[in-house]
Amino acid sequence: MSPTSDKAAAATESLRGGPRRRRVRSGVPLPLLFPALIGLAFLVVPLIALLVRTPWHSLPEQLTSPDVWQALRLSLICATAATAVSLVLGVPLAWLLARVEFPGRGLVRALVTLPLVLPPVVGGVALLMALGRNGIVGQWLDSWFGITLPFTTTGVVIAEAFVAMPFLVISVEGTLRAADPRYEEAATTLGASRFTAFRRVTLPLIAPGIAAGAVLAWARALGEFGATITFAGNFPGRTQTMPLAVYLALQSEPEAAIALSLVLLAVSIAVLAGLRDRWMSAG
Amino acid sequence: MTRTARRSRRVSQVTGVSAAALLALSACSSADSDSSARSDSATSASASDEISGEVTVFAAASLQESFEALGKRFEKEHLGTKVTFSFGGSDSLAASITGGAPADVFASASPKTMKIVTDAGDASGTPVTFVRNELEIATLPGNPDRISSLQDLTGSDLKVVLCDKQVPCGAAAQKALDASSLKLTPVSYEQDVKAALTKVELKEADAAVVYKTDVRAAGDKVEGVEFPESADAVNDYPITLLKDTQNAGAAKAFIALVRSAEGQKVLSEAGFLKP
Amino acid sequence: MTRPARPGTGGDHRMTETYDADADTAVDGLDARLVVVRGAFRLDVALTVAPGEVVALLGPNGAGKTTALRALAGLTPLTEGHLRLDGAELDRTPPESRPVGVVFQDYLLFPHLTALDNVAFGPRCQGASKAEARARAAEWLDRLGLADHAGAKPRKLSGGQAQRVALARALATRPRLLLLDEPLAALDARTRLEVRAQLQRHLAEFEAVAVLVTHDPLDAMVLADRLVVVEHGRVVQQGSPSDIARHPRTDYIAQLVGLNLYRGEADGHAVRLDGGPAITTAEHLSGPVYVAFPPSAVTLHRDRPTGSSARNLWRCEVAGLETHGDQIRADLAGELPLAADLTTVAAAELDLHPGAEVWATVKATQTHAYPV
Repeated sequence: MSPTSDKAAAATESLRGGPRRRRVRSGVPLPLLFPALIGLAFLVVPLIALLVRTPWHSLPEQLTSPDVWQALRLSLICATAATAVSLVLGVPLAWLLARVEFPGRGLVRALVTLPLVLPPVVGGVALLMALGRNGIVGQWLDSWFGITLPFTTTGVVIAEAFVAMPFLVISVEGTLRAADPRYEEAATTLGASRFTAFRRVTLPLIAPGIAAGAVLAWARALGEFGATITFAGNFPGRTQTMPLAVYLALQSEPEAAIALSLVLLAVSIAVLAGLRDRWMSAG
Repeated sequence: MTRTARRSRRVSQVTGVSAAALLALSACSSADSDSSARSDSATSASASDEISGEVTVFAAASLQESFEALGKRFEKEHLGTKVTFSFGGSDSLAASITGGAPADVFASASPKTMKIVTDAGDASGTPVTFVRNELEIATLPGNPDRISSLQDLTGSDLKVVLCDKQVPCGAAAQKALDASSLKLTPVSYEQDVKAALTKVELKEADAAVVYKTDVRAAGDKVEGVEFPESADAVNDYPITLLKDTQNAGAAKAFIALVRSAEGQKVLSEAGFLKP
Repeated sequence: MTRPARPGTGGDHRMTETYDADADTAVDGLDARLVVVRGAFRLDVALTVAPGEVVALLGPNGAGKTTALRALAGLTPLTEGHLRLDGAELDRTPPESRPVGVVFQDYLLFPHLTALDNVAFGPRCQGASKAEARARAAEWLDRLGLADHAGAKPRKLSGGQAQRVALARALATRPRLLLLDEPLAALDARTRLEVRAQLQRHLAEFEAVAVLVTHDPLDAMVLADRLVVVEHGRVVQQGSPSDIARHPRTDYIAQLVGLNLYRGEADGHAVRLDGGPAITTAEHLSGPVYVAFPPSAVTLHRDRPTGSSARNLWRCEVAGLETHGDQIRADLAGELPLAADLTTVAAAELDLHPGAEVWATVKATQTHAYPV
């Protein structure tokens, strides 16, 4: 008996980081470490460059401009609204894709992910053709309800949701597929309708996945440029979000553009870090 | 699509190198590869005269149609030459030239952007104005809103798009509006002249203030309406040989073609005014 | 709801309860023929269970027991057949509308809800207010001795506690049919003993139909009034636990209950086995019969016994030996393959080892023959 327990003790010790710890550290194989470090540098160096080249002396002046705050406020509102739209529509869509067998499901999934590969500007043009004043849907919205979406804040939300929702759908669908569908069955045997089972059992179970998807969608919406400027245009206070302001500032004053980018960066880091502690760790 | 590629290139060049990645704009600049092959064919050219080899021309986007036509004509006249164009926003082209992009000729849509290049000492000689461009109102086909003047655009029911004040066509439009003391609130300040025109082409906007050449290029999809105030905001297009040119002879010959009667005919067909 | 435990595990006592469901016209209890075809597998099981009765579906893995249970719950649709509970047709009723409670094999307690809210889930879905549902849930937890754990999340509960919460959750919907899928399989041996006894008590108290699925004969015999043995999607035998234990009809059951089982043609006291020797039995029968005797009825000898009164004598070879409690079980091959139990001392005296040759005798009075 004793040799076995000795071995077990040694194993526990090495797990706790005993004598074998050093070997573990040097055990990272070079073919992995090397590209990993290059990858890290590739992502981080441009950010550092941005900081290095930031016109710190004129920064206070740039940041006190009301235009900046207007654009930032609009960005945050629109990205949050787009995330809300994505949640309301995207979570049920993810459920449908994950839980219901229907012909052409693979095709539907491909269609859902299409906005991921579509250049956002093309997405914006597509939205104009669908929801624009003369779009196949938009013309009826206009003639029946007097609603036109292009050049409005609602248009910004729609453009951002169009681009961001696939991220949420894919994330939530993945979580749903990993979740045990028998919990839903258990709920139905307790008298829950399929919807109640979804709402009271599945939804809480996949909440971490939904939160992760929502954060992803929010971040994507916050940085959205192409679809927004194409579908909603650019008007300060109404449709000019931060990325649009950054882009237009680049035309004449790159310094201002960098300052604006920095604000966007700081805000998104703050929000994501805050969410990470509260939400993401739950998963 | 070409517009997308052009725009992202402009961004990445202006910010120096890689900061563009941060700005959540898709940075996929593939344009510079065109010019890297430039020197290869230079030696193999058949020399009927001094002019041979490759010429790289950086030109404002509005010149695309006319310059491509002139490029073909140039290659036919001087066998063994090849003209490579890079079209884009003047400001971003200027930024890439000052950033060291290899080019022989720069044709800009505004003296302001040309000044960036001359100030950096990248131009060879003094730039000359070769055409001028005038603003026009682009309306829906048939002009259903009966727009006949700049003042008509201030009507509250109309959806008007302007170029952003940061880009030349927007600055020009603002100049024209200021000159006639008109106040115009558009639904959107578009990022460039093509974007503004597209909104009218798609009938999302009722009118846009754009260049005459753009209206001409759009064909039947929009209708142009001239307005007198445009005279206050005429844009000069300067062209120059660049200091770092590898093929000064051919580059000079191309500039000469642009300024010749033949070149001016092509340009005025596209809607440009003579200098 | 509390009622006295049923006396014994006899099986023919029925608790006829008064409840609302069409009591005057309908046949109470469960009456089902479950046919589910999935690929090459076909389940075809007829099941009739009276209120108050506990039936165990017993069978090897893959026999179709769980499929039958899912069909009863409405989680797997019937290919054909019928399903009536207290006279009401249920085959087209969706699971949420069936008066059925299920205790799943790994309980499937909702991990994000406390024990109390897990139990309150059913009543809530049935339209009770939040307070009402919680009160009812608290009552059930109390009844199952879990009052102290009402606020605990499932991952904080022990296996036995989780099992009881699952039972409380299923019972809180006041089902007319309670289904239990391998209710003790997830527990370790010690907890199992305790939980089995508790479960037996709760099932005995339950006044409606209870069907449980298990592959463990002990669970089945302790918990159920009647066993339905399912093999390859069909019912191969059913009856009271004691009947099944005494009269196995398949090798699977014989193995489960620990009997040597043979099939043959009886002619008086002699039974000629299919493709084997004859066995002399105490019973006087004719026609096809089963013959069974326990391993303990077998006596082994080194040499051919001369003075033995045993009528049944076979030459065998030891194929394997294993300890079985405080005894040795010898697995014998030869003209009649059989299992024999003997004491360790006897095994040593006989110098038993694999390959050893022995003589086996069984007294006729210790065999048991019964018609097929």
